[in-house]
Amino acid sequence: MSENGKIRAIVATDCGSTTTKAILIKLVDGEYRLVVRGEAPTTVEAPFEDVTRGVLNAVREVEELSGHTILDGETFIHPSDGGDRGVDLYLSTSSAGGGLQMMVAGVVKSMTAESAERAALGAGAIVMDVLASNDGRLPHEQIERIRHLRPDMILLSGGIDGGTVTHVVELGQVISAADPKPRLGMGYNLPVIFAGNVDARDEVTDLLAEKTALSMVDNLRPVLERENLGPAREEIHELFMEHVMAQAPGYNKLMGWTDAPIMPTPGAVGLIMQTIAEQRGIEVVGVDIGGATTDIFSVFQHTFNRTVSANLGMSYSVSNVLAEAGIDNVMRWVPFKLPELSVRNRIKNKMIRPTTVPQSLEDLKIEQAIAREALRLAFVQHKSFAVGLKGVQQERTISEAFSQSASGETLVNMMDLDILVGSGGVLSHAPRRQQAALMMIDAFLPAGITQLAVDSIFMMPQLGVLAGVHEKAATEVFEKDCLIYLGTLVSPVGISQEGKPCLKVEARLPNGTVVNDDIPFGEMIVYPLAIGESVNAKLTPAKGFNLGAGAGKPLECTLTGGVVGLIVDTRGRPFELPTDEHKRVQKLEKWARALDAYPA
Amino acid sequence: MAHAYTPGLRVSEMTVLRKERRLPIKGEVIVSKGDHVSSDTIVARTHLPGNVQLVNVASKLGLPPEDLPSVMIRKAGDPIERGKPIAMTKGFFGLFKATVNSPCDGTLDSISTITGQVILREPPMPIQVDAYVDGEVVEVFENEGVAIEVKGSFIQGIFGVGGETAGEIRVAVDSPDQKLEASLFDKSMKNKVVIGGSHVDWAGFQQAMKMGVSGIVVGGFDDPDLKKLLGKDLGVAITGSEDIATTLILTEGFGAMAMAGGTFSLLKSREGKKASINGATQIRAGVMRPEIVIPMPDAELPDGQDASSSAGLEIGSSIRIIREPHFGSLGVVTELPNELRKMESESMVRVLGVKLADGSETVLPRANVEMIER
Repeated sequence: MSENGKIRAIVATDCGSTTTKAILIKLVDGEYRLVVRGEAPTTVEAPFEDVTRGVLNAVREVEELSGHTILDGETFIHPSDGGDRGVDLYLSTSSAGGGLQMMVAGVVKSMTAESAERAALGAGAIVMDVLASNDGRLPHEQIERIRHLRPDMILLSGGIDGGTVTHVVELGQVISAADPKPRLGMGYNLPVIFAGNVDARDEVTDLLAEKTALSMVDNLRPVLERENLGPAREEIHELFMEHVMAQAPGYNKLMGWTDAPIMPTPGAVGLIMQTIAEQRGIEVVGVDIGGATTDIFSVFQHTFNRTVSANLGMSYSVSNVLAEAGIDNVMRWVPFKLPELSVRNRIKNKMIRPTTVPQSLEDLKIEQAIAREALRLAFVQHKSFAVGLKGVQQERTISEAFSQSASGETLVNMMDLDILVGSGGVLSHAPRRQQAALMMIDAFLPAGITQLAVDSIFMMPQLGVLAGVHEKAATEVFEKDCLIYLGTLVSPVGISQEGKPCLKVEARLPNGTVVNDDIPFGEMIVYPLAIGESVNAKLTPAKGFNLGAGAGKPLECTLTGGVVGLIVDTRGRPFELPTDEHKRVQKLEKWARALDAYPA
Repeated sequence: MAHAYTPGLRVSEMTVLRKERRLPIKGEVIVSKGDHVSSDTIVARTHLPGNVQLVNVASKLGLPPEDLPSVMIRKAGDPIERGKPIAMTKGFFGLFKATVNSPCDGTLDSISTITGQVILREPPMPIQVDAYVDGEVVEVFENEGVAIEVKGSFIQGIFGVGGETAGEIRVAVDSPDQKLEASLFDKSMKNKVVIGGSHVDWAGFQQAMKMGVSGIVVGGFDDPDLKKLLGKDLGVAITGSEDIATTLILTEGFGAMAMAGGTFSLLKSREGKKASINGATQIRAGVMRPEIVIPMPDAELPDGQDASSSAGLEIGSSIRIIREPHFGSLGVVTELPNELRKMESESMVRVLGVKLADGSETVLPRANVEMIER
């Protein structure tokens, strides 16, 4: 902290599995603003095997680009002099080291086990497996699995407080019998968190206290109708620092440098996402597509959910996107022909050399095709996980009974979605923002009226960890420097034949143009509407199409702009690409041209 | 910026390596510090705890869990035998006794009066760790394993499949850009480590397995062939535990790519020597690349520091291009400008100037080259 106790300069880093990103935030005219961002490859790999090398390289780039001196050799200069030397806060998040890999266990798969999974995911972990008394596996199979996976941590839950203890103790027996060993290092016991029925604590202690580093927190499902995930999440963060990070190469040193505990990257992104949703009272979906994993965060009906698709990513896991989506699904987004052998070899070469970047336009288009599939698959997983609490009795109206809605239905409603925020290299660093917009539209298929934004330079993780230490700085930078609004998407739900009526748009644009367009089915059209501009529009969907007001019902609303503009997508929901090869390529090129997505 | 970080693979003519050989759980180390070991010498052994079986004896006998101790014939720690009773009810006047038999051999681990479960443990499974390389034991980690020091040549590959093996080096091609065709394999290559050039195809690999080749080191391999070899699409690069007879190490990547000249000439100069190789690759945190270790205990170490020490990228550094276009080409760094430049893809990136082996010059993203360390 500088002499008068004021925070004037902040450096925050995020050590990703591929790249380490550093940002410099300074107090300028009473306001916190992002000054510059630097990055360097993450150095968990030989020859360095020390995460701090990448941190120093990224910070040095910040120094070079900003002219602000941060380091004295390999030491952060504390505090700042109020000018261009020194920092008052240094913070970091991390997903390197493979992130936090956990197993969770609960009695009933769709109830306490699912709550445990939600707690672990919300804390930023990758859930390797979910054990449950009713998961269909025999105890010896569960034991084998625990031994084989070697997680960083286990979260054990089960039973409501005061309920039966038998089942959760049985799970404790399974864990005890497996005598699990942690993934990193031999010299410490595996952390196990018990967040189940309080009446089972003594038995669980007898079973696990000697074999593991056991800790107890409040039951994460104290009664059937309510989750209490906070204490378990906090304990996961605590143990992540104490046990897991301390084993990864160079992290002990890094932990000594930071002014607050290092947070798992996705945990930090989740914090900032929840803040946006709460402050603005909106429904949000955020995605962070990284090298190894894709994280999706959503806030619908005030409920926060996060999923990690552990093996869907753009570098380390790029080959798995191909394996899961299939080559045809990837290639359907590529507007030219390429032999399968060539595509397969290219993708594998990216996997084995994960830090390379696309130099040619052709390579960029292939990479963005893969990104669409990674995002699509991750969102499918998210929708099936972001559901209401199961096993809870609900009062239903007659219409709900007829629509067969049940507890456990997905909370993700694309028609209610207000804003879709993308981050992660392939979206944030797309050479043109239009490419990011197209990828997000194609992968998520928003319905109705949806704002699109990207995290400009991928700093949500750093702002998330900063929010916990200095909320003012985090909020100011988030408002002014983090999100780049791409524009608003109007996409009617329904299908028809190409050329048939779909949507009528009536508006007067800020540039004076009067719009009175009948847009047929199968088109993408962009109207100029810049950042900060808005327009009052009347949108009338054709018969059979819905924009949120009901089929064929008009909607009058205010639409806001962005760097891409006002995007109208009448390609239909559900969306289908033409199966004819020639027509498919023609369409992809036409839509890309409509958005001016690629150089001619 | 005078130099930049870039990942590189080690290719060292002569270096000293330290290999730690550890048991997965504690056990017994059976060599001592100073011992000279061969790649197949067993250095440590232990027993993995046997599989565990849970039997709910209380429910099988229709008893409340707390009554369990009164019916158990075998107690915690007792040996058990498959098919022999472990619990028996008293019955009525000695009649109508109900029994529960053990489903396995082993020991009775514990009895729970909370759940009614009895935990049975099958006999432990022996496992042992060999030395993997010819060398000298320089450190013993009590009950865990040893460190072995070996002097010799060391080459890292970019990707591999198959585990540790050893064999005499046999170079099967004349030049680093020659393909390793099926016709180049013969019976004399049994248990050898065969060095190829730019590429081995599926027919070639099958022939190698048929001839009993221990391992292949080659520039490239095709992904569809890898799928045939593994029986599935490889999603994440974590390999080494595949059950295949011939370990495969790629030095350059996927597709046909001439092996880097330095790597090829070093391997050629070591023809006839024994090599220990491991295809295990983990491309994630704690990255692990496949490797070739060629012990040369009597050779002299070069003066000064180990030749493989890692400096950053500098003007004059030898590099290899690792992404299209020019994938696989070698060159020398001619400039390292500070400012970002726009590529054909319109990406703004840090770049470097390169003079390629054919004399032409080009500008590339720094991220798309790797240093060839010597």
